[in-house]
Amino acid sequence: MATEFHNLQELRHSASLVTKAFIQRDYSEGTVCRFQAKFPSELDNRIERTLLEETVKTLNGYYAEAEKVGGRSYLEGCLACATAYTVFFCMETRYEKVLRKISGFIQEQNEKIFAPRGLLLTDPIERGMRVLEISIFEDRASGSSSPSSSTSSAGGAR
Amino acid sequence: MSAVMITRKVRKWEKLPGKNTFCCDGRVMMARQKGVFYLTLFLIVGTCSLFFAFECPYLAIHLSPAIPVFAALLFLFVMAMLLRTSFSDPGVLPRALPEEATFIEMEIEAANGNVPAGQRPPPRIRNVQINNQIVKLKYCYTCKIFRPPRASHCSICDNCVDRFDHHCPWVGNCVGKRNYRYFYLFTLSLSLLTIYIFTFDIVHVVMRSVDNGFLNTLKQTPGTVLEVLVCFFTLWSVVGLTGFHTYLISLNQTTNEDIKGSWSGKNRVQNPYSHKNIIKNCCEVLCGPAYPSVLDRRGLMQEDSPALSDAPPSSSSSSSVPQTTKTTAPLIPNEHTPDEAKPSIAAPPEKSPAPREEPAGAKVPPLASPETDAETSIAKDQTH
Repeated sequence: MATEFHNLQELRHSASLVTKAFIQRDYSEGTVCRFQAKFPSELDNRIERTLLEETVKTLNGYYAEAEKVGGRSYLEGCLACATAYTVFFCMETRYEKVLRKISGFIQEQNEKIFAPRGLLLTDPIERGMRVLEISIFEDRASGSSSPSSSTSSAGGAR
Repeated sequence: MSAVMITRKVRKWEKLPGKNTFCCDGRVMMARQKGVFYLTLFLIVGTCSLFFAFECPYLAIHLSPAIPVFAALLFLFVMAMLLRTSFSDPGVLPRALPEEATFIEMEIEAANGNVPAGQRPPPRIRNVQINNQIVKLKYCYTCKIFRPPRASHCSICDNCVDRFDHHCPWVGNCVGKRNYRYFYLFTLSLSLLTIYIFTFDIVHVVMRSVDNGFLNTLKQTPGTVLEVLVCFFTLWSVVGLTGFHTYLISLNQTTNEDIKGSWSGKNRVQNPYSHKNIIKNCCEVLCGPAYPSVLDRRGLMQEDSPALSDAPPSSSSSSSVPQTTKTTAPLIPNEHTPDEAKPSIAAPPEKSPAPREEPAGAKVPPLASPETDAETSIAKDQTH
């Protein structure tokens, strides 16, 4: 299957959405935010396994950092409690800082890795931290892609 | 549909399903019934006002000025915790968007295989193993998701809440992952405040009675009688509640799990979330990270705005791709019931800007359910 090379702008303007792949949460370690390493079948011929696994692993690392219960979170908790949590009106929590980092990371991954392959990663926070949504696009501009897009949608319906 | 496009900026909270009320343009989130919450406020503010009016002048002079100061600090802390519990998002899980819901349905159907006609399909349960314990995740028909572990659906607020503890009418909100510590600190500080006021009421009455006699004292400070009454009845309930929640925290359990007996110990069932260490459990619940809200209440909806630019300020720019217009639109107001939700699933793909979307609408979603038939969806769109 031919890969059309897009940048993020092209994706927005000319590509059409074919389907979405979802990577679910991995609850084997409890309620901490973690995504499964399972590779969705819809992405079989769109992206290399290792690339996606690396992305998911890095994301899991970020979330683990945000939710770590350790010295720093105790300090933050105690300071906040002592000020009746009013300190959160002026200060950003550690979790929010890490979320901004994650958002930047996803943007970067989209630009460098996913958009050139006609894919788009959605930040999990916009899906309630439940799934990692990967939108699969097909370039409408190139006519030859239409038969393959219908086969890919048939494949997606598997 | 009229040709005039109304470009009023609509924030996402206005279109959130569920039975919550929002104030201050989405900053405040509460349950619908707030009557008992107002009662709580009235009782706390009323009793403390009486204390400051009747007891404090006497005690400040005859005992120590630190007494009213400490009472004021305690009162402010109680109010801060109460308002924080009542006004914050308890950890509501947003409902699944159509594509995600369809994907989950497909997975369920694939897992169930062929169900013979006339037979009821098996219950929708997913098993996960957490710390060598099998935990069953139930499917929520309203939110169309498999609930994460410890989440539960609150029927009063009509939302799935993460780490759902209980719905508290006294604070007018659910108690869940995000506001449990504030709720606990509220009950704890309220217990302390009640004990404090009760003690100093007694001290005040005793001190005055020594000089003036008991009955005269009561006549001079009628507020004291009211305060003692309120404090006496509050003490039993609030101190009891604080004790109960302290017990729950030490075991890392929620009220919901306790009531259902999820980890009651029979059949070798143990709480997989507990660290088996009281200190660790307390630290995790009370000093854990401050979880962010996953409900984007104050983000702007992409209603009636020409597709691509103007990403909602609070979401990342990578999501300002066309499908955002399709995916934010399905947060249809007040269409909770599964039956009503079905036609609305069809509407959004067509609702986004017409010129580009027609062929895409036919393709989305390819994992089609009957309702995404193009004609039904266009008809629905025209009724909007």
